[in-house]
Amino acid sequence: MGKLQYALFTGCTAKESTPEQLKSTYAVAEKLGIELIELSEASCCGASHLQDYDDFLSLVLNARNICYAESRGMTMVTICNTCQLNTAMTKHRLDKDPELKARVNEKLAEVGLEYKGTSEITHFLYAIIDDFGLDAIREKVVTPLSQFNIAPFYGCHNIRPSELQNETHRSAENPYNPNSLDDLIIALGGVNVDYEEKNKCCGFHAELQAPKTAAALTGKALMGAMDANADWMVTPCPLCHLKLDTQYEHASHAVGRDVKMPVLHMQQMVGLALGCTPAELGLEHHVSDVDFV
Amino acid sequence: MSESITTKNVTFKVFRFNKDTDYLPYYKEYKMEVTSEEVVLDILNRIKWEHDGSFSYRRSCRHGICGACAMKVNGKGTLACKENMLDLVELFGDEIVIEPSSIKRAVKDLIIDKGDFWEKHDQIQPYLISEIDEHPEMECAVSPEESERLLEADLCIQCGACHYSCPVVELNEDFIGPAAFVKAYRFEADVRDEAHNARLEEVGLPSQGVWDCVKCYECAEVCPKEINPIEKITKLHNMIFDAGISNNKVAERHAVGFAHSIKKHGLLDEAELVRYSEGTVPMLVKHGKVGFKMFTKGKVVMPWNMPKSDKLDEIKTLVKSSMTSKY
Repeated sequence: MGKLQYALFTGCTAKESTPEQLKSTYAVAEKLGIELIELSEASCCGASHLQDYDDFLSLVLNARNICYAESRGMTMVTICNTCQLNTAMTKHRLDKDPELKARVNEKLAEVGLEYKGTSEITHFLYAIIDDFGLDAIREKVVTPLSQFNIAPFYGCHNIRPSELQNETHRSAENPYNPNSLDDLIIALGGVNVDYEEKNKCCGFHAELQAPKTAAALTGKALMGAMDANADWMVTPCPLCHLKLDTQYEHASHAVGRDVKMPVLHMQQMVGLALGCTPAELGLEHHVSDVDFV
Repeated sequence: MSESITTKNVTFKVFRFNKDTDYLPYYKEYKMEVTSEEVVLDILNRIKWEHDGSFSYRRSCRHGICGACAMKVNGKGTLACKENMLDLVELFGDEIVIEPSSIKRAVKDLIIDKGDFWEKHDQIQPYLISEIDEHPEMECAVSPEESERLLEADLCIQCGACHYSCPVVELNEDFIGPAAFVKAYRFEADVRDEAHNARLEEVGLPSQGVWDCVKCYECAEVCPKEINPIEKITKLHNMIFDAGISNNKVAERHAVGFAHSIKKHGLLDEAELVRYSEGTVPMLVKHGKVGFKMFTKGKVVMPWNMPKSDKLDEIKTLVKSSMTSKY
């Protein structure tokens, strides 16, 4: 296998409220021998909110981000479910609608860019599974996670809408019974925990507008994992992570019961099994303390 | 050429409940051999005809048109007449759980009280509102381009699959829900409709309207007619901005705040977005405690350290030239 190379779209949270996610992404990439070239020109994807205000502007900005992966001739890798959804959705819409693509390219021409549609866009979770392979990861494990019951939390924007999502990765994922994170946990030697909320919403996107709904969803997710006897949760999405890791007080209030547990980013979980140090994985940044390492 | 018929032994756990006589619902097990030619409805019929005549469920057309037989299989909303049974066995294994669309609304077995679903439809005036000339001299023509604006919104069969898969409907009984939003969009997008702002104001009501959508895409995933309700919800957001009539200032500013931040930094200034959306004092009251904890853990970037995208001038140019909305 030649060296895997990707254009990394970090998204905003990795640079701000989840620095541990960026650290652990690079730490894991190094252990696996994956080269990540950061798309330093990229802007925010609009997080599905800019789209509510100005759909066309969000298409232009996302198309611009993709242009920079295209100019490097690389597949774009995202590390946030919502970045993945908005970027892949933009690609999908532009690729199937030449008229829309022409309108977007007319704008991009003002800054000397052109969207062609030549780069694939995939989440780091699927890049690892599809391109590196679970068997290869299994061979790299130095500290199997065998003593842990781990609750996977998939995050909506990696699994729905499945028609779009399954265009972006080879391993088919069913949103009603997803398996990628479970498979990864097993490959790392851990015990995957099954619970009803693993493919449900964390509430992040309604945090400001509908705080009660958002807190109840977070609470239900934490409760589901706790009741299934999980030691900790793991998620590929920094937005889910923010909600589950930092919002336990509001969540506990909403569900009428104390809910709190350590929540790891997918990259941190892989890093732990591959022998990265807690500092390399940024575990000190968590609000719900990671007390088992 | 038809493929050869395969069979499989499946255990069905079927939700049973009679609101008039049962204190709690229970699950009854049926073991059956299922063939690759059967849909879920065939199984329901076999349970009723071969095992228990009192088993109750709604069904009518058997062709995915009437919307009566919506229910859930292992948590997945579907029409019983649409989904092949062995496809579901392949997805969920050979233990299949059959439940009503909404357990808390169960009346008898798979039959639910859909009252709330219809009330939400009433709320958004699901009909064409127009001053009709009673003695027209020519037909009121709608061009193909104009009718395309409805997208697939007109195809809704009101089965309730999206409504009862929506996590917000489950938690907030005031939430209008994806099906009624689709219906609202269907009339808002109709060139003949004259209700416009009245209906949009209803659709934008705080704690009931489109701003409470959590963007989970459950509705888009579940819809048996592939109507993609969240796409119509986004369009309603856009229409509310175009009409300038939002009732929910926090949500509205939250969406607009992204454009401001992107123009300034390329990236989103997270703290500033919260402040811009809610105002400084409400932000401190609501998020002060969590914000402080995050700060001590190195999760808050100060304004003077805010990272910026490279080639920010390109982003500024594009925001200026491509903006189609005004706030």
